[in-house]
Parts: sequence; C-alpha cells; structure tokens
Amino acid sequence: MPERLEQPLPTWRRLYENGTVRKTVLLLVLALMWEGYARVLDNPLLFPTLTATVSALLASTRSGELPRAIAYTLTLLLEGYVLGLVCAALLTALASVSKIGADLLEMLTSMFNPLPSIALLPLALIWFGLGNGSVIFVLVHAVLWSVALNTYAGFRALSPTLRMVGQNYGLSSVGFITKILIPGAFPGILTGLKVGWAFAWRTLIAAELVFGVSSGSGGIGWFIFEHKNQLLIPEVFAGLLTVILFGLFVEHVIFRTIEERTVRRWGMQV
Amino acid sequence: MLLQAIGVTLQYRTADRVVTATRDVSFSVDRSDRFVILGPSGCGKSTILKSVAGFVTPVAGRILLNGATVTRPGPDRVVVFQEFDQLLPWKTVIQNITFALTAGGRLPASEAAARARHYLEKVKLTASADSFPHTLSGGMKQRVAIARAMAMEPQVLLMDEPFAALDALTRTQMQEELLQLWTDTKITILFVTHSIEEAIRIGNRILLLSAHPGTVKAEIHSAGIDEADVNGRLLSARIHAQLFEDANA
Repeated sequence: MPERLEQPLPTWRRLYENGTVRKTVLLLVLALMWEGYARVLDNPLLFPTLTATVSALLASTRSGELPRAIAYTLTLLLEGYVLGLVCAALLTALASVSKIGADLLEMLTSMFNPLPSIALLPLALIWFGLGNGSVIFVLVHAVLWSVALNTYAGFRALSPTLRMVGQNYGLSSVGFITKILIPGAFPGILTGLKVGWAFAWRTLIAAELVFGVSSGSGGIGWFIFEHKNQLLIPEVFAGLLTVILFGLFVEHVIFRTIEERTVRRWGMQV
Repeated sequence: MLLQAIGVTLQYRTADRVVTATRDVSFSVDRSDRFVILGPSGCGKSTILKSVAGFVTPVAGRILLNGATVTRPGPDRVVVFQEFDQLLPWKTVIQNITFALTAGGRLPASEAAARARHYLEKVKLTASADSFPHTLSGGMKQRVAIARAMAMEPQVLLMDEPFAALDALTRTQMQEELLQLWTDTKITILFVTHSIEEAIRIGNRILLLSAHPGTVKAEIHSAGIDEADVNGRLLSARIHAQLFEDANA
C-alpha cells in the first residue's frame, strides 16, 4: 500500500480551525447567556432580555426615531471628521515644508493627543454655545492630531529611493505630491484615518450624552439618554447595540475593504 | 561627446560637518559607451552618479549633457538604483512602466502601453505584467526597473550598483542580460560598482577612483574579459594594484 502523503483532518478539527465558525459560536453562547441571565433576573428596568432589546430596536427603527437619530449623528460626524481632515492636511503640509512646522506639529500633537476631546466640551460650550458648533469643535480635536501625526509619519517613511524615482519622471510639483507622495504615504494616512475615526465616534456619542439636542432632534447619544430618563431600558440597550453595530461596520467592513484593496494588495502594510 | 564631468567636487552635509565626497573628478562618456565608475566604498562613486542624475549639485565643476549643464533630475537621465523598493508598490509591473512614460506628459497612453510591453518582453517578464511588485523576486524587480528605465529611452542610463543586492547566480545572469540589452539597443550606460570583476565584465571603459575623497586614479579599457597583459598580469590584478597601491605603500 502506498504511503499517504496527506490526509484530511476530521470535520470538527477543520471547523475549529475556521475563525468565523469559532467567533459565531462564541457570539451565540454570549447571546444565550444574556437571554438566560436576564430571564433569571427578571428585572427589565435593570437588565432587559436580548429579545426585548431586539424588539425595541426593531420598533424604534420602524417608528423612524432611531434612523433619524442615526442620520443626525452621522451628519455631525461627517462634518467634524471632514473639517478635522482639512485642518490635519494644512498642519501636515506646514510640517512637510519646514523644520519649524514639523516641530510645531510634534509639539502640538504631544500636548493635545493625551487630552480626551470630551474634556474640552465644557469650554466649547462657553465658546460656541449649546449647539452643533461645540460638538464639531471637540470632533475636530479628536480627529486632527492622530491624522496629522500619522500622515506626517507616512510622508517621512517614504523611502528616499522612491522620492528620487519620482523626481526622475519629470513630474510637476503638484503631480509629484498627488502621484508619488500621497500614495507612498497611504499606509500612514490610512492608519491616521482609522485612529481618527475611532476617537471621533467615541467622542461624538459621549458629547451627545451630555447634550446632543438642538431644535428638537438629537443623535444616538441623545436617544440613549432620553430613553434612560423615561426608564425605557430596552430602548437604551437598543441604542447601545446600534453604537456597537455601527462601529463594527465602519471598522470591519469599510476600513477593512479599503485596506484590502490598497495597502494589502500593494504589500505596503505598516 | 555625450556626457562630460569637468572638475567635479561634491560635498554632503551631516549633522555636524561637511564631508567632501569627491575632489576634482573629470571624465567624459561617448555615445553607446558602457562607462563604469569603479572604486572602494567611500570614494563617492554613487554621489557622482546622483550628481549626473541631478539629485546632487556640485560645489565646484560642471556636468554637461550634450553641452548643457545638468541642473536638476530629468527623464533624459534615468537611474536604476540598487534598492529593490524603487518600483511604485501601488502600481502593477506594466503600470509602473507606463506611468514612467506618461507621468511627465511625454507620451500618450496607447503609445506608452505598447512601448512598455515591448521593453517588458525584452527583460522576459511579460508573464508578470499584472503582478504587484511585492510579489516579485529581487532579480525580477531589478529587471522591471531596468525595463522601466530603458522604456523611457534616456540619453544615458545611470546604474547605481543595480545588482549588488542580488545573489551571485542571479547577478551573473543579470550582467549577461544587460550586455544583451546593450547589444540590442546600444544605449549609453554609466554604471557604478565596487566589484572589479563586474566592472571588467560590464564596462568597455573603467574609471578608477580612490577613496576619501574620491579622486580619479586612472581610466582603463576593458574587452569584457579578465585578460593577461604582456607581463602575464591579469587585468583584475592590475586594477587592484592601481586602486590599493597607496594603501600598501
């Protein structure tokens, strides 16, 4: 009988090696524990069941209350995020053309990065009043430093060889920046965008909890806060679940897709 | 005379001092020469190449291409570097070549694509046209870099130890392929190396530089093989003696 050089693993072993299967099973177990514990506790004011949370989620989606809150939050998020990116681009450009600019970026980043954006909210309220302006201000602060620092690090990490190759092509300076520098620094830029997004998302929900309402409409944070005041705890849980799901979606679907189509495909992971 | 260096002195700056890399280096390269600059590390040979490319400006002397002073980098003097990361990682092999041709607005896209395929064929990499650089071996990356540089059809092809980071077998093969490409195109090559053996094989003229700072020792002709002279001394032995006689004296 010839020696068998390869043989299939048993079925359970193959399933165990599959990360998606493992995580799905874990998720199911956690969901069952939630449901079981809530049923035993039998106190919907403290800890509603999973089924109650899901039906609250569906109900507030159907009534349009939750979609409105999501849309409100996303609009604010985008405004703050884009404004933060513009500021970061300016700061990075300044840092790229002069040593003083680079020192300034480094100094400002090390000063302000450890400062949680939400700590600026009281001050922002005095400066910009009870409105979206204050929220956007803290959002810009959340996005700006990490994006500027990582983008600048990306530019610095671009190899001198690649710079010389770019200069060899006879590109204009605008062409050199858009066709060599920015794609070359893209791994750093993407890291900055991811970290900036994570800060912005957490900051925004927190800011909305403090005050997130203007002219009668509020975001997801406000949705959570308001339902807590009305003791509608399943809705509070539904709000939290929405925050989690949206965060997962952005991090694992949007950014993962961008990563796979760019830096992974190019072999440029940092 | 295609390319001329006249009394070129080059300096570079570190954090606390100015270092003279070469002093008063002169040479001239004719069309279709395979001109090799050979010297030990520290003789400033790469710096000379970079100044011909226009990346480094001489503090004294001039570099002339077709009689005009070189002031900045340009597509008429393309460099093939030693480093494997000289290809743009976000472009495929074929895109790397076509981009080099269209970037400065020098060629329309269709013409660039045809020329890129032509040169890719010359380095026998048609099969990898749509691969990204990080999936290629070191030798293949250097081949793409050479194809890209040749596709730009420069006045002079500048090669900065392009095979130094390759394994010995691949290096020998690449040297042969380069000579074959030269036979096909008669392109002018300025080649920098610290390997006497490589200089003899690649060059028809070899410029010997001494180190600290780089100054011209001699210029030697090579027929491509390590011949013995009338006294029975091999060319490589003579070059070695010329390069290092001061150190031994």
